[in-house]
Amino acid sequence: MSIERREIEKLATLSRIAINEETINEVSQRLGSVLELVDQLQAVDTDGVEAMSHPMQATQRLREDEVTELNRREALQAIAPETEDGLFLVPKVIE
Amino acid sequence: MHNLTIAELVKGLQSKEFTSVELTQHFLDRIGSLDSAYNAVITVTAEQALKAAAAADQRLAAGNAPELCGVPILHKDIFCTDGVRTSCGSKMLDNFIPPYNATVVENFEQAGAVVLGKTNMDEFAMGSSNETSYYGPVKNPWATDSVPGGSSGGSAAAVAARLAPGATATDTGGSIRQPAALCGVSGIKPTYGRVSRWGMIAFASSLDQGGPMARTAEDCALLLNCMASYDDKDSTCIDREVPDYTATLNSSVKGLRIGIPKEYFSEGLHPGTDKAVRAALADLEAQGAELVEISLPNSALSVPAYYVIAPAEASANLSRFDGSRYGYRCEDPKDLQDMYCRSRSEGFGEEVQRRILIGTYCLSAGYYDAYYGKAQQVRQLIQQDFVSAFENVDLIMGPTCPSPAFKAGSKGDDPVAMYLEDIYTIATNLAGLPGMSIPCGMVEDKPVGLQIIGNYFDEARMLNAAHQYQQTSDWHTQAPEGIA
Repeated sequence: MSIERREIEKLATLSRIAINEETINEVSQRLGSVLELVDQLQAVDTDGVEAMSHPMQATQRLREDEVTELNRREALQAIAPETEDGLFLVPKVIE
Repeated sequence: MHNLTIAELVKGLQSKEFTSVELTQHFLDRIGSLDSAYNAVITVTAEQALKAAAAADQRLAAGNAPELCGVPILHKDIFCTDGVRTSCGSKMLDNFIPPYNATVVENFEQAGAVVLGKTNMDEFAMGSSNETSYYGPVKNPWATDSVPGGSSGGSAAAVAARLAPGATATDTGGSIRQPAALCGVSGIKPTYGRVSRWGMIAFASSLDQGGPMARTAEDCALLLNCMASYDDKDSTCIDREVPDYTATLNSSVKGLRIGIPKEYFSEGLHPGTDKAVRAALADLEAQGAELVEISLPNSALSVPAYYVIAPAEASANLSRFDGSRYGYRCEDPKDLQDMYCRSRSEGFGEEVQRRILIGTYCLSAGYYDAYYGKAQQVRQLIQQDFVSAFENVDLIMGPTCPSPAFKAGSKGDDPVAMYLEDIYTIATNLAGLPGMSIPCGMVEDKPVGLQIIGNYFDEARMLNAAHQYQQTSDWHTQAPEGIA
């Protein structure tokens, strides 16, 4: 099983991963073999089975809406690729 | 000193037989002289370690030091360490120096343990052979042409080679148990929610769980005492008292009911592994445990369910690595999209990219119900198998993995062959149950692991059975050639 080229290109865009021309066939084949593995699930009868998202059916805890963390802007921005005046810099978004 | 267990090191430190500085220097020297053969350690923190050791010696001299005070350990490079690079085995985080400690790291720091450095691992914990690390593959100390397992292969190899008496690790589908088995050490993945995930770089959040590795079950108990805690900062951490895991180690296994799943002894299992595991079970039976054949009928579905759920969650978790705020950014991005795409394509390795693509596929419009929804339903069926089994047995045991360590490079071309390495370990992650691996034999001069699966929060019973087995066996005391 392999995935169609069009579909790989769409996945690459959604994932923000660039796949180059030379490897696209190989990627398609390897993804195909993984999908073939997971397609075994389709044959399982799961009518009426509830989807499980947490092993102990735990629900999200809530806490008081109060400040618990100090502002650590300098420490956090010290490891950023590019900053200016306390802001994270990225390439120009709006012309 | 490197052949002493953590329990023995604790005694030696407290009775002043040696100091933490001497001990720390000894292990730093071993890492320096031996690790070039294994590549188990990515970053050595010698200066900080010696400083921490000196502080530990002061606490020990004062006489009220916590149990692990002065004991040297290694952290898997997935746990954030304040001021020390935390790479997660990836080029993406090669330059990442966290400004905070993971809760697990904090727990060990409070206890006065000494951190020698950070261990190698499969990139973002995705792999079963430690061949996907940006820092190069880890070699198995028992046979350097073979893999140590993964993803916590660096931690397992380091403990096997006596570069540290214990190490932290994480397990999403077998990443503590499989490398522990292949390297002949003991390791436990606790119940989901037992150990805080805060500051532990996320792979698949509903499956990830941290745990310790050491040479003996007793040492695992000592480390887990420190590692397990309730943490407000991890919203899936369970608020439940942490027992003293060493308190029940010496209980007898007489009358213990051990379930043997027939699905774990079927085709694909190496005959040597089969024999070693059955011999270990017979030993426990001789100690008074009762062996009960059980069935986990949905076992075969655990690998396909896992390879939907884990990549789906990974694709969401890893979307944060976009070159904006930390980590790798490509050179001269021409616009924002280019920055995202190139930073991610250049920063992530092949297996990580593959799992992001698979996960994106399974979560994309039109496929969500057929893949992710379906896999979460199958997950429920797998959990039900265990719930039913634990109505009749106290523990479940079988092999940790199908065969001993395979040759490096031998499964590189086929992702599915690699995925099947975790066929016996994945189900416990899907169910959220605790699992453990201890050495139980040798095949082709390589170690074999016995897997022990417990009911929710029953780690003490697992550690007890493992410890009792280790009282009458010596597989856990054996060392690779040239190590002891």
